[in-house]
Formats: sequence, C-alpha cells, structure tokens
Amino acid sequence: MGKTTIPEDEFTYPGSTGCPGCGANLVMRYLLKGLGERTIVSIPACCWAVMPGYWPSNCLKVPLLYTAFEATGAAISGLRAALDVKGVNDVTVVGFAGDGGTVDIGLQALSGAAERRTDAIYVMYDNEAYMNTGIQRSGSTPWGAWTTTTPVGSSHGFKHETKKDIMAIMQAHRIPYAATVSPAFPEDFIKKVEKAKSIKGLRFIHALSPCPPGWRTNPSLSVEIARLAVDTRVFPLYEIEDGKVRITRKGKGLPLVEYLKVQGRFQHLTEQEISEMQKGVDDSWIMLLLKESSGT
Amino acid sequence: MVMTGNYASAYGAKLARAEVIAAYPITPQTSIVEKLAEFVATGELKAKFIPVESEHSAMAACIAAQTAGARTYTATSSHGLTLMHEVLMWASGARLPIVMTNVSRAMAPPWSVWVDHMDSIAQRDTGWLQFFCQSNQEVLDTIIMAYKVCESAGVMLPAMIIEDAFILSHTSEPVDVPEQQLVDSFLPAYSPDLKIEVGKAYGFGSLVKPDQYMEFRYKAMLAMKEAHDRILRVEQEFKHVFGREHGGLLERYRCEDAETVLVTAGSVAGTAKDVVDALRATGQRVGLARIRAFRPFPHDEIRSLASKLEGIAVLDRSYTFGAAGAMFTEVKASVYSCQRRPVMKNYIAGLGGRDITPKILERIFEDIQVIAKRGAEDEVEWVDVAGLPRRWR
Repeated sequence: MGKTTIPEDEFTYPGSTGCPGCGANLVMRYLLKGLGERTIVSIPACCWAVMPGYWPSNCLKVPLLYTAFEATGAAISGLRAALDVKGVNDVTVVGFAGDGGTVDIGLQALSGAAERRTDAIYVMYDNEAYMNTGIQRSGSTPWGAWTTTTPVGSSHGFKHETKKDIMAIMQAHRIPYAATVSPAFPEDFIKKVEKAKSIKGLRFIHALSPCPPGWRTNPSLSVEIARLAVDTRVFPLYEIEDGKVRITRKGKGLPLVEYLKVQGRFQHLTEQEISEMQKGVDDSWIMLLLKESSGT
Repeated sequence: MVMTGNYASAYGAKLARAEVIAAYPITPQTSIVEKLAEFVATGELKAKFIPVESEHSAMAACIAAQTAGARTYTATSSHGLTLMHEVLMWASGARLPIVMTNVSRAMAPPWSVWVDHMDSIAQRDTGWLQFFCQSNQEVLDTIIMAYKVCESAGVMLPAMIIEDAFILSHTSEPVDVPEQQLVDSFLPAYSPDLKIEVGKAYGFGSLVKPDQYMEFRYKAMLAMKEAHDRILRVEQEFKHVFGREHGGLLERYRCEDAETVLVTAGSVAGTAKDVVDALRATGQRVGLARIRAFRPFPHDEIRSLASKLEGIAVLDRSYTFGAAGAMFTEVKASVYSCQRRPVMKNYIAGLGGRDITPKILERIFEDIQVIAKRGAEDEVEWVDVAGLPRRWR
C-alpha cells in the first residue's frame, strides 16, 4: 500500500458530540487538514453548532464564531472585513453550514457574499435534511426520500420535489472556485480544499455528509455509502474553476439501487420509482459530461 | 456646519473612526450610508464598507467584525430594524459594543415612511442601550459618547441612536463638528480584552447548559446597570472636552418648581420646550422631562421628579396594543414606589408622521392640569384622531 497524501496534522480533538458514523465529523476533519491552523470558522445553527461541545469546550483547534441560522454569508463578510482593516491577510475565513442553512434559510446571505466576492471559503456539509432538529426535509433533500415532514403514507409518501442544485446556483454567481467533495475520497477532498485556499474570492465546497440517524443507515457504513454515492453518480466529484467544469472522479457507474438499498429512507420506493430516479441520475451525469466537454 | 440629522450620524461615525460599516438602504436612512460610502471611497475614513444584501446581514456582519476586534457602525430604519430583531439580541448577548443609528419610522401596513417610535420601542427588550435624540447636534454627540459608554469594560453592550424620520433625518440645523484630534483624545481606539483570533481556539457563542445560561444574562443585567452611571460620567467628560451636554438619561426642562410635567422623547421635545416657555410666561407651573435614554430606563430620575408633582402627562409616539404607550407604562412603574403619587395620563400622538403641533401640546398641558386636580377619567387618550373629540384640532 502506498503512502497517502493526507496531512498527518490533526485539528480536531476527540470529544465531538456528533453521532456515531457522522459524515460531518469527517468533513470538518479533512477540511481543517487542508486548511491548517490559521483558520477562523463561522458556524450557524446546524449539527456542528452543537458538535464542538458545551461552553467552554471546543473540540477544534481553530476559533469558532457561532452565528444565526441564516447569517453565515454575512458573518464571513464581517470577519474578512475586520481582518482586512486590521491588516491580517494570512488567515482563511470559513463559513461552515448545513444544507438547510445554505440552500434554504441561508441562501440570501450566501448569494450576497458570493456577489461581493467575499474572500472566504463556504462549506456546505450536505446531510440532505434538517438533521439537528430531527430529520425534517430541506431544499436539499433528494426526491424519493423519507423524512419526518415527508412521511411515507398511503396517499402521499416521501419527498416529491427534486434537490436544489446548489453547485449550479453557485456557478451562476461566477465565483472563482466550486467543488464537490466526499469523505470517502479524502485525497480528492483535501486537494480541492488546498486549491480553494490558494484562490481569492468566494470559494464554495459542497460536501456530501452521510447521516446514520437521518438516512436510516448502519453507522459503520457511512464511508461506504459516501463511496457508493460517487460510484452510482448520484453525487459526482467535480470542480468548477473559473467557470470550467472538471470531473475529478468518474466513479464506477454502479446502478443507483446499490446506493438506495442500504438506506432506510429509500426503502418504500417501488421498482418503477427507482428506475425514474435512475433516469434522473443518468440525465444529470450526461449534463455534467457535456458541461465538462464544452468547457462550461 | 449646517447639516441634516443623517449627515450628523455619518459625521459622528466618521469622527468615532468606525472601522467596518455594513449597511443596507432604507428610506429615510439612505443619506447616512451614502455619506459614509463617500467618506470611505475618498479615503477620508479608513474603513471597510460592506454593501450587504439585507439589514439582517448588516447586523450579522457587524457582529462578526466587532468580534474580530473592529469598531463597527450601521444605520437602519423601521422594517430594516425589525428585520434585524434576531441579531440585535445576538449583538447584546455576545456583549459587542456596536453603535447603530435608527431613523425611527412607522411600521407598515399601511405603508408610511414618516416618524413614529414603534420600530424602536419594539426593540426595547433586545438588550441595546437606546438614546432618543432631540436635535442633530445631539445625534452626532451621542454617537461619539455611545462608543465610549459601550466600550467600557463594565458595559460592553450595543447602543441604538434614534433620530426621528425626516424631522431630524432630513432637516438641516447648525451642527458643531468637533476637531478629529479632540474626538481622538476623548475616544481611544477600540481594544477589547477578548476577540476572535487564530491561535486562540475559543468558541464565541457556544452552547451552554441550563446551569450556565442565567449567569450570562445576569452579567448583562449588571452591565446595563453600570451603563446608567457610565452615561452620566461620559457626558460630564464630554462636556469638559466639548462644552456641551444633552441632559443625561432624563433631561429636565423647567421642572424645578413644576406642578405638572410632560414626559416625552425625540424631536417633539423641542416644540414642547417652546410651549413650556409660553405657558410659564402666563404663570403656569409646567415643565418638560425628556426621556433621552429609554434603555437603561431612568427609573431613579423619574421617581425623584415625580414625588414633587401633581400631574404627569406622558406623550408616546407609539402604542403597545392591548396595553398603553410603552413610555407611559414604564414611567408609571417607576412612579409606583413614590410615597406621594401624581395623577398620570397617557397621550398617544404623532403616529405615522402626523404633526404634533404647539396647539396640541398646549391642550395636553391644559388637560393634565385639570385632571391633576380632579383625577383622570381615561388613562390613555389618542390625540388628534379623525372621529374622536375635536378639541385636539
């Protein structure tokens, strides 16, 4: 086995209050490995608002600024402005928010920060629902998923709306860099974080974050499921640099059902519904390949 | 210089050397941030101007910048202020001495861009110091004083400087703009004991347990108490340096031997002082008490004033539905512990920019003097409203 390129330095102490098998723990861990200690992180209401531990504990080796649910984009703008005015230019400012805090309630502030070219990295860890409050659907919950607010009943089960394409939304803001990352591929993850760190302006990282309680999965399978998301192409790994799309890992092209069948949140789906979902995944993949080949 | 209240705010923030300004436009606040954007663009003010996409973000950005050790300023009005409500609480809970101008304007619906105090009063419980101003000079001076009060170690709370929409915001008055050097000597650079910085892995605003939360609130309560004394001390220092003062928390005008006093806040106090002078000339023993600081509330000042009076009229430029004017209920609460309590009545007037004329104020004085002798029939009366008794018109 070859040596990995993953930095050995750790910026997370033991003591995170995350659930067993929490993908967001790995997302934070790999993010900080890529960024290093000269980092300030702002966190809105989300699982990670709780996971560092009760005051005065902090399981991270970087300072944290907690902020209101919808305010991450504004908080990173304020932090950057203060550092600029004080002449501090070697610190990376990070916004670290969940999917609800990004694609729903925080979208306005994020859009503002992107439009103002705020010099910061915004990370959305995507567990595909409001997990900290107990598995309520968000704009990032995929079609077909069970959540507590999209219950599976006789007449109208599961979520019938498609997941917001946050990467396309961010691309439309013409930000210098956006990338998807997965805790199953830490080298790809950290490489993208390091690249993001070297760029000025608003950089966006979309991290898939398996959630055992919310996805109804075995906590020991989180990395496996994150890998299946890439291999079934439901969550492709790519980056958009100066508007140019580049797929960083094509995945094996496994049938979507391999990803769905290990998750309790999709157990109610019929074969026909799964084949509809498969078609959606195939179409998105073809679109992504087209974007890559056309250079947009 | 001759300038509007809004320019007085902008010059106040500039003289205080605000380092980060985050703001979103709303009528009638706009000329404050336009002027500040100009100061930053020309380099007259060395600051970062963040043109945010909402008032909520304006305050959230100020909170973050102030946490990182920068002196911040913003300005808003009405719907902008109420949109900030959540993060106003965040600012005080985080113990950040942010200073903000609110151009006090009525709330919709129906739409109104004109003055009343509903927006400001609705933020009473957010933990901010609140200063209602009577003049443009007071706006400028109070911004400078507020930074000094709020940044002192025992206080560390934010302050809201309230200008009446259009009456102050867009009306020009002579304003003495002090020398920068003098302001610098009065107000040192912001240098908090604790700020967010790399190398110190603190969490700012972490989760606390029920056995920890109340202590944070208790300390904020003590800080607001400290702010009361600090306001008085800072104003004395200000007077020593600049030769002006504005009346502490409760400005008393010709109250020494008064039998009845009108209590109010904001620009209408200027008109009321003229009316007091006119009535005094006819031998009536009337006075004016202007609530300058609504938070912290001048309970002791009200109490010592009230114990000598026969009647108190409280004029509110807002209304708390289901109760009365907020200033009235607060004044009444202060007066309760007096040995001898004057007769009190609440007058609701001037909502949505309706003029409060000298004639209306004369009639309020007339009314309170009559009922001070015979007792009040109605505790709260709406003044100059169509369909109600014509005596106000």
